[in-house]
Amino acid sequence: MANAIEARGLRKRFGKATALDGLDLTVRAGEVHAFLGPNGAGKTTTIRILLGLLRKDGGDVSMLGGDPWRDATALHGRLAYVPGDVTLWPSLTGGEIIDLLAKLRGDGSTAKHGDLNRRQELIERFDLDPSKKARAYSKGNRQKVALIAALASDAELLLLDEPTSGLDPLMEAAFRDCVSAERQGGRTVLLSSHILAEAEALADRVTIIRAGRTVETGTLAEMRHLTRTTVDAELTGPLDVDTLFGVHDAAVDGNRLRCEVDNAALNEVLRRLTAVGVQTLTCRPPTLEELFLRHYSDQNPPSERERVTPAP
Amino acid sequence: MTTVPAVRMTKRRTLPGSGALTGTGALAKLALRLDRIMLPAWVYVVVIGVASNAYTFVKLYKTASQRAALVASGNSNPALLFLYGRLNGNSVGSLTAWRYGVWGALFAALMSVFLVIRHTRGDEEAGRLELIGSARVGRQAPLASAIVVAAEANAILAAVLCLVLPVLGLPAGGSVALSLAIGTCGLAFTGVSAVTAQLASGARAARGLAIAVLGVAFLARGVGDSAGASGPSWLTWALPLGWTETLRPFAGPRWWVLALPLALFAAGTGLAFALAARRDHGAGLLPDRPGRPAASDALRGPFTLAWRLQRSALGSWAAGYAVLFAICGAAGKGIGQLAATSGTLTKEFTRMGGQSAIVNAYLTTLMLLAGLIAAAYGVSTVLRLHAEETAGSADPVLAGAVSRTRWGLSHLLLALTGAAVLLAIAGLATGLGYGLSAGDAGGEIARMLGAGLAQLPAAAVIIGVAALAVGAVPDASVAVAWTAVGLAVLLDIFGQALQLSHWALDLSPFTHVPKLPGGAVTATPLVALSVIALALCGSGLVALRRRDIG
Repeated sequence: MANAIEARGLRKRFGKATALDGLDLTVRAGEVHAFLGPNGAGKTTTIRILLGLLRKDGGDVSMLGGDPWRDATALHGRLAYVPGDVTLWPSLTGGEIIDLLAKLRGDGSTAKHGDLNRRQELIERFDLDPSKKARAYSKGNRQKVALIAALASDAELLLLDEPTSGLDPLMEAAFRDCVSAERQGGRTVLLSSHILAEAEALADRVTIIRAGRTVETGTLAEMRHLTRTTVDAELTGPLDVDTLFGVHDAAVDGNRLRCEVDNAALNEVLRRLTAVGVQTLTCRPPTLEELFLRHYSDQNPPSERERVTPAP
Repeated sequence: MTTVPAVRMTKRRTLPGSGALTGTGALAKLALRLDRIMLPAWVYVVVIGVASNAYTFVKLYKTASQRAALVASGNSNPALLFLYGRLNGNSVGSLTAWRYGVWGALFAALMSVFLVIRHTRGDEEAGRLELIGSARVGRQAPLASAIVVAAEANAILAAVLCLVLPVLGLPAGGSVALSLAIGTCGLAFTGVSAVTAQLASGARAARGLAIAVLGVAFLARGVGDSAGASGPSWLTWALPLGWTETLRPFAGPRWWVLALPLALFAAGTGLAFALAARRDHGAGLLPDRPGRPAASDALRGPFTLAWRLQRSALGSWAAGYAVLFAICGAAGKGIGQLAATSGTLTKEFTRMGGQSAIVNAYLTTLMLLAGLIAAAYGVSTVLRLHAEETAGSADPVLAGAVSRTRWGLSHLLLALTGAAVLLAIAGLATGLGYGLSAGDAGGEIARMLGAGLAQLPAAAVIIGVAALAVGAVPDASVAVAWTAVGLAVLLDIFGQALQLSHWALDLSPFTHVPKLPGGAVTATPLVALSVIALALCGSGLVALRRRDIG
């Protein structure tokens, strides 16, 4: 099946500031794709370009087979969007806004019976009082309004920009259940987030961006392949860590060792550990947090300036 | 170990500025900085209004007998009494206080309402006060700083008036009294709006409530003044706007009357502080009623959304138009008698209207006013597009299957049709008011309806400028659009008096509107203005399609 979103070398500048600097993003139809990056990395800018709210300065982008800028109105009938910072009209109630958003998408003019049931189900699931005026809602409740509107729609593509940043853990769990159900139902989801556990729990594939550029993309399995394994071992005797190759961030506390090991060096490191004697041993794949830290601290992609400056 | 936190606690308590008012000064400074354009503009408008009226009276009514005749006819015309109040004495000062005392006080009150609400509930609704509240800022500091800023603004207004009026040749004592009357009315409404800011559920409602109190005050003193000796003349004493009259600025001032607005200010602010201590952040004391749990069919797209968001504003404007223009129309019959008291005034009216009939000139001026105010309404309605965009609530609409053009049109069409409705109301109400007092209500209504709607193309040009600004220069749109309104007001209201050249006057679209009623109806300028307005609106929509949102 064709890709739902395809962006190549996307560029966007705001005055002198570069927001996107050649970003690549491919979201396959029917997958949940996590879009990760620290604050200011360009996640929201990318989504706003996909929505046709911003005009790209360079690169190619297509969404659902159309041009997000030129075909914005037609494409919007096939997608639903949840902004990161949901602003609602203070004098309208949550229920009115949910219905209005559906109608603005174009599928509410003939409210189908199934949709109404789904709407009601979601309102109960997310524990929202739809008769309250929006000005009385907390950030989390405003977010619920946008989420319910998006999830109740029949859109093929959901663009979710940090959709859970205001939700409590219980609601976050409800959100995860809903997104899992959406994937079963064949919908495509682009989920921007910096809550990594969320991406880990939900995403089929991940794109990590930093400073407006894609630094890595693939399935989580593929990315772990490129990275290290966290090793936590209790040994029967002392070990000189400095003699080990491929070990990073080692912490030694008596006979206890915690470190990160390059996967290529794992075999050799384990051999050395068992040679000393192992009491307990835990090896686990890195969490996305660890991947994240690695990408944004010690493996920064060179910036434009660094690249053109010749090495000393 | 356990004593350490205790010591810290006491230390913290003795730190200077840990009370409820901590940070008031800093917040007030911030507010003054944010209002550095709007505040001088308000002061300027009020001062120009008062001063230009004083100047006109000095020039037009040179002799005491001319003024005495004006006083006699002014005090016997109920509509004029309603609009301006009672004339106390026949000095130029008294005439100035009559013509602009109540209205100057009304403007000062409006300025105070906007200031106080903007810096209390406005900031609260926008979420800014939450951030400020978490800093080293006392619970009552935002309210206190808003009151301080409004009080300062009124003090500045009174001081400037105090300096300007004697320069125009008015007696110093009366000038001080009139300036203080206007300034203290602003203070009184600072107190009123401080209270409504605690009661209402949001900024809009708080502003509406305060303006409703102002409207009641205006009506009460109008009824008190115009009902005659046997009527409820105590109403003039009951509420702030009447106090500018009962102070009698240029006719032996009753200085003690100033204690009334000051007392209202003190009582209002005191009550506001007491209420604020009981109120939750972001909520009013009056409960917010639950609404519909689902949208009705009346809310189904961008146009119905624009209507829903702005209908109550249009309703208030329409009600204001109906009352104001009915009264102004009814006052028309007295204009002929009034103008006969001054030969210069007759000439002036003829020159201003370009018509021979003085009443027609008066009605023409009324319709010009209706047109200018309708343009202001339209501009505020179109600028909602920009407000929605910066607030972020345009995003969910545009992320729906709604084109930029449709979204832009939603508020633009409301502005244009709203302006048309207001102008129709102005025409109908003026015709009804004038027709009932002068006879032939039916004929007058038809005649004035046409005269009112003739202003629409000119108002549409100003609305078009706002639309183009929102589309092409969003960041400057508010400034550009209101400058256009301000320029039109300056050229058409003060242009003649300032003796501006013809090409300068021709810049305003309202200069080209046929002088109706009475003048010849020529289609050419109306068609030309309509074409220009359409072109401006169209290019605004095209520009909106081509730029980034947000």
